Amino acid sequence: MTGGGEPLVEVTDLVKHFPIKKGLLIDREVDQVRAVDGVSFSVPRGQTLGLVGESGSGKSTVCRAMLQLLAPTSGSVRFEGQEIAGLSRRQLRPLRREMQMIFQDPYASLNPRKRVGQIVGDPLRLQGVASGAELRKQVRELLDRVGLAAEHYDRYPHEFSGGQRQRIGIARAIALKPKLVVADEPVSALDVSIQAQIVNLLDDLQDELGLTYVFVAHDIGVVRHISDRIAVMHHGKIVEQGSADQVCERPSDDYTKKLLAAVPVPDPRESRERRAAAGNV
Amino acid sequence: MSPGALLSARDLRVGFATEGGQLQAVDGVSFDLAAGEVLAIVGESGSGKSVTAQTILGLTRSPNARIEGSVQLGGVELLDASDSALRQVRGERIGMVFQDPMTSFNPVYRLGSQIVEAIRAHRGDVSKAEGRARAVELLDSVGIPDAERRVDDYPHEFSGGMRQRAMIAMALALEPEVLIADEPTTALDVTIQAQVLRLLERLNRERGVATILITHDLGVVAEVADRVMVMYAGRVVEEGTLDEIFYDPQHPYTWGLLGSLTRLDRPRPKRLPQISGAPPSLLSLPPGCSFRARCPHEFAKCAEMPPLEARLPDAPSHCDRCWLSPERKRELRQVEGQIGLGAPAR
Repeated sequence: MTGGGEPLVEVTDLVKHFPIKKGLLIDREVDQVRAVDGVSFSVPRGQTLGLVGESGSGKSTVCRAMLQLLAPTSGSVRFEGQEIAGLSRRQLRPLRREMQMIFQDPYASLNPRKRVGQIVGDPLRLQGVASGAELRKQVRELLDRVGLAAEHYDRYPHEFSGGQRQRIGIARAIALKPKLVVADEPVSALDVSIQAQIVNLLDDLQDELGLTYVFVAHDIGVVRHISDRIAVMHHGKIVEQGSADQVCERPSDDYTKKLLAAVPVPDPRESRERRAAAGNV
Repeated sequence: MSPGALLSARDLRVGFATEGGQLQAVDGVSFDLAAGEVLAIVGESGSGKSVTAQTILGLTRSPNARIEGSVQLGGVELLDASDSALRQVRGERIGMVFQDPMTSFNPVYRLGSQIVEAIRAHRGDVSKAEGRARAVELLDSVGIPDAERRVDDYPHEFSGGMRQRAMIAMALALEPEVLIADEPTTALDVTIQAQVLRLLERLNRERGVATILITHDLGVVAEVADRVMVMYAGRVVEEGTLDEIFYDPQHPYTWGLLGSLTRLDRPRPKRLPQISGAPPSLLSLPPGCSFRARCPHEFAKCAEMPPLEARLPDAPSHCDRCWLSPERKRELRQVEGQIGLGAPAR
């Protein structure tokens, strides 16, 4: 599963500490929250890295620090071989086209006062890719590609269900034909019957557009389905990483084992056996 | 009401007058909950599962709500009970745990005092000191470490899982016969979810608390439920014992739900089986089966609403709302593969 050639993204010893400050006039730093504490991984082109962990484990902070939405405290992030940690906003701007993000909450991540066409078209407009009739044409194609209809163009986000809103967020993320898409809990706010639709859509888009994903979720079943490799985070560190099947079927780290053991088995007989076994220990 | 049922609902209907028209959130739900039983109500947002639970406790009463049917607790009707009579039932006989442990407690009062208040509201003769001792005991019984000290904490000083356990402790303070838990673990991490599920299971086993568990997560259902009711667009589409629902599911919606589960102990499929489309708007429900627009097996008869009834000769308590014959369903399930978890057809 190593994949040939250089990885698209390579993160080395990434650290993000948040200072805890006290004092009235002069802020004194009294301590730090070590949200991300020395994380290293690389993602080969066209593959998916799944990041799993519980709330507070640092998964989202890793994503944001990797995309330079948060300045890392230290460490290196290489994108196509180029160091991007510490670049200025101006230097980052052309790179933003290449790296996009899909957010967890489809209710909070779309501007309620903009129409769908504008939300999806804004990245194209801001990066000067298209305007006028060409912009509208491209946006319609994007809506079609994510399973929305052309007549949705002039509607507002509140007119859509959670699943459809997530499709809008996905259309916006792929508008600039990025190389890397970071999806932070993209299905956890959705109903079960809709989750599978979105996961399959992401799968299809990866095949069609050759996307590379970093997929963050607390649901290990979903992560395993979509990922080539999985990294398990705990207290700001990666405690285990490996191929998706290896991590799920032959975990070596104790925390990974604990996490996997806690996932409910949707099979009553097996669940009974497992509980009986646990009760006898 | 069948003998032995502690709580029973008959043809419960809850409608709301909204700006968009009359919305039938719950449309003819019936069930019996026996003492010591765990009934899971499964469904997606808008299926009516939470409105069903809230209506039992009179929490959906409002000028724009129309509530019909019957809900009886130990033979006493709850739907037309007075507010003061309902207050006696809430907490005392039916405890409720809500989804969001962050907002279920008042943030400006200490946790212990909120539990004491709940006890003293019903038991005027309990002194504050006795109430506090009881609160400590309760927090301890739900696994809060160092309960003697933590009883004086404020809600924000508890983690999400601890808050949910404290919520359960409060719901159990008056030893109710029935516990209604509405998505009690949805906001929690899996390791914490496992602890809360173990707790619910233990309470059920040790104290015989009859439980209605509302959830969208079939994994959770498999771990704790005795019986399952699957709801879709305000109606029950299938009900049966836990094993009947998982190993011999009859309704295509149930197949869809079971099929879309990811399983860590199985090789992963190329694509996740999905249910296409989205649930219908309750404001403009088409006539006939409400699932038919999303159902791959729709046929002419589906334009007529199928009744909820037992269709399998050897399983009288296993009911569903689908016109397909049991034989045809068995064939279709074979074609669709994993559905029914590959258990032998019996």
